[in-house]
Amino acid sequence: MSTLTISPSPHVHSGDSVKKNMYGVVIAMIPALLFSVYNFGIGSLSVVITSVLACVIFEYVIQKYLLKGDVTITDGSAVITGLLLAFNLPSFIPIWIVIIGALVAIGIGKMSFGGLGNNPFNPALVGRVFLLISFPVQMTAWVKPGAFPMSIADITSGATPLGIMKEGLATGATTEQLMQKLPSYADMFWGFTGGSAGEMAGAAIILGLVFMLVRKIITWHIPVAVLGSVYIFSAILHLADAAVYAPPTFHLLSGGVLLGAVFMATDYSSSPMSNKGGIIFGIGIGVLTVIIRVFGAYPEGISFAILIMNAFVPLIDRYVKPKRFGEKPAVAK
Amino acid sequence: MLKTFSLGGIHPPENKFSAGKKIEALPIPTQVAIPIAQHIGAPAKPIVKKGDQVKVGTLIAESAGFVSANIHSSVSGTVAKIDDIVDASGYKKPAIIIDVEGDEWEETINKSADLIKEISAAPEEIIKKIAAAGIVGLGGATFPSHVKLSVPPGKTCDVLILNAVECEPYLTADHQLMMEKGEEIMVGTQILMKALNVDKAIIGIENNKKDAIAHLTKLATSYPGITIEPLKVQYPQGGEKQLIDACIKRQIPSGKLPIEVGAVVQNVGTTVAVYEAVQKNKPLFERVVTVTGKSVSKPSNFLTRIGTSINTLIEAAGGLPEDTGKIVGGGPMMGKALTTTEIPVTKGSSGVLIIKNEEAKRKKMQNCIKCGKCISACAMGLEPYLLMTVSQKGVWDRAEQEKIMDCIECGSCSYTCPSQRPLLDYIRLGKGKVGQIMRSRTK
Repeated sequence: MSTLTISPSPHVHSGDSVKKNMYGVVIAMIPALLFSVYNFGIGSLSVVITSVLACVIFEYVIQKYLLKGDVTITDGSAVITGLLLAFNLPSFIPIWIVIIGALVAIGIGKMSFGGLGNNPFNPALVGRVFLLISFPVQMTAWVKPGAFPMSIADITSGATPLGIMKEGLATGATTEQLMQKLPSYADMFWGFTGGSAGEMAGAAIILGLVFMLVRKIITWHIPVAVLGSVYIFSAILHLADAAVYAPPTFHLLSGGVLLGAVFMATDYSSSPMSNKGGIIFGIGIGVLTVIIRVFGAYPEGISFAILIMNAFVPLIDRYVKPKRFGEKPAVAK
Repeated sequence: MLKTFSLGGIHPPENKFSAGKKIEALPIPTQVAIPIAQHIGAPAKPIVKKGDQVKVGTLIAESAGFVSANIHSSVSGTVAKIDDIVDASGYKKPAIIIDVEGDEWEETINKSADLIKEISAAPEEIIKKIAAAGIVGLGGATFPSHVKLSVPPGKTCDVLILNAVECEPYLTADHQLMMEKGEEIMVGTQILMKALNVDKAIIGIENNKKDAIAHLTKLATSYPGITIEPLKVQYPQGGEKQLIDACIKRQIPSGKLPIEVGAVVQNVGTTVAVYEAVQKNKPLFERVVTVTGKSVSKPSNFLTRIGTSINTLIEAAGGLPEDTGKIVGGGPMMGKALTTTEIPVTKGSSGVLIIKNEEAKRKKMQNCIKCGKCISACAMGLEPYLLMTVSQKGVWDRAEQEKIMDCIECGSCSYTCPSQRPLLDYIRLGKGKVGQIMRSRTK
């Protein structure tokens, strides 16, 4: 007999691990990734590969040479950040911009706060918003999807549905007139519209959501709260004045709402711990997204909405407590 | 839809290898070591000395207060010495060591196996007999049973709940007891009902024991007031608070006892002991112990005399496997890791679990990724990640405010944590400290 191990209970473990969760998220992003590569071809592929590699390498360099600690790049979290950053960028964006985005995402967004689990903001969004403010022209150079375009020459530029809506409304057109110019809801759902690399295909993102729910990587609370509140809030506006405010289905299917609700708002470290907190957080994101889209200067608001709500997470965790056992009054005879 | 408790819970692999294995009486060893502290409360006071002759069932240590329990000899023979031995806690504690000679029982004990259905004892007499027999909660908590049955003034009890959940993976002692001692459980339940003056008893059984549910449901038809409640398999349903919540949808408020919601809970094994004490005058000196594990060649349920070395049980189950890395007294979720195999079986020993080397050690701890899975797993609605942090940092007032004392130490959080964080270890530390602060405040 070997030496007996003495440790406090429990003596068994579920076998769940950081890696299983992280790579689970990576697997959930594969459908959206495939769609993106099909639509934007080499442009999407090069952005994704650069972003993932850059994120992993920056994490390695920072952990090894700057912090001189354990290197944990195999846990998969840097891969997720890389994929999410790529999903948020226009395809065919210059590669050096992607690398800067990755450095900001990993260096400032994640490692400066202590690495995995300690980042208050979604690292990929930190990178994305940094790029959006620093390189507004390149960051809004949207292209139209094709069938695996091999080079920038094979594609045409084109505004996103949200861009068309925003600019159209500014010129005094009604939402009804503008909807004529836009792709159908079906095209938007199946991903045949312009936009960031990974945000177009609603169907692919929902597939990923179902996978993550089944594997218990995330719970339904945050995605449902974000999507529900975007729908309800934009429906209220639309009912108030249909000419000025786009229909709720448009808000749900356009831009990055689905991607944000499913993959970015659900980032473990930058979202609330409890389910109740998750619902409040999700509603905040949904309402802010619509406010920015409708009343703000940018056509899209999901990134800013998530980052703003990220800042409220410690407050939510402090005051929104899960239901304690025995809180409901006992019914003794 | 099967009932279960409202908050959290997990479902670990059941691994009930010894299910369906008949209860075997383990041969009486040549020597037993009977600790005087086998229960919650004051250790019993030895009333025998070296050289004294004892029989099976002779009182050898006396209850030392209201929350304490009598201890009886489990064998006949001569008291060899009263000495300190290592018990399941890993500490040296006094025990009465008896050299076995023959198997002579006290004459007052009715050794026949005939079922006695007629309950002649009055309620006070029942409680007195239970106290005299040294019965404690056999589910593992070892709280003296007569204390639970003495309803404090001003409180009323309207339902008795029998804990037949056995939610710990691997363990099957209670399951097998239900299959073999069904009638005794029924009569025992009626005795408890009489003692508590209630007309309703619910036996909560998890649905992974379908044969026991069917068997007891059939028997219950001839015992008025007893119903069987099949429950959804969910750990930690055997926790008193969770079981009451599951069976009758009443939640015990923070810091209170089951009687607060009009319920008293007893384990099924305890109920058999109650039957034997009241109907047969038999003190508690033996119990069923499951010996099991993935590497154990003969997983078994043994009827074991208290004080028998665990070594004897392991040998009877096919010997200690080569690759053993850990031996647990009890189940894998709440059991204690044992330091040696020379530990005696006590009233609270529900099982001996052998864990293989490769599963004996924890994996490397990683950063908390804030996934919130510990919150979803917590059956008390607590935030384990937060309780760990405040315990690490020593912020005791916050720990108290976040209800650290509500933790039932079921281990669901540590079991679930993807980062292998020792959540429960730190929560225990915090509970110890906060409990100390709270006690000093009331002084």
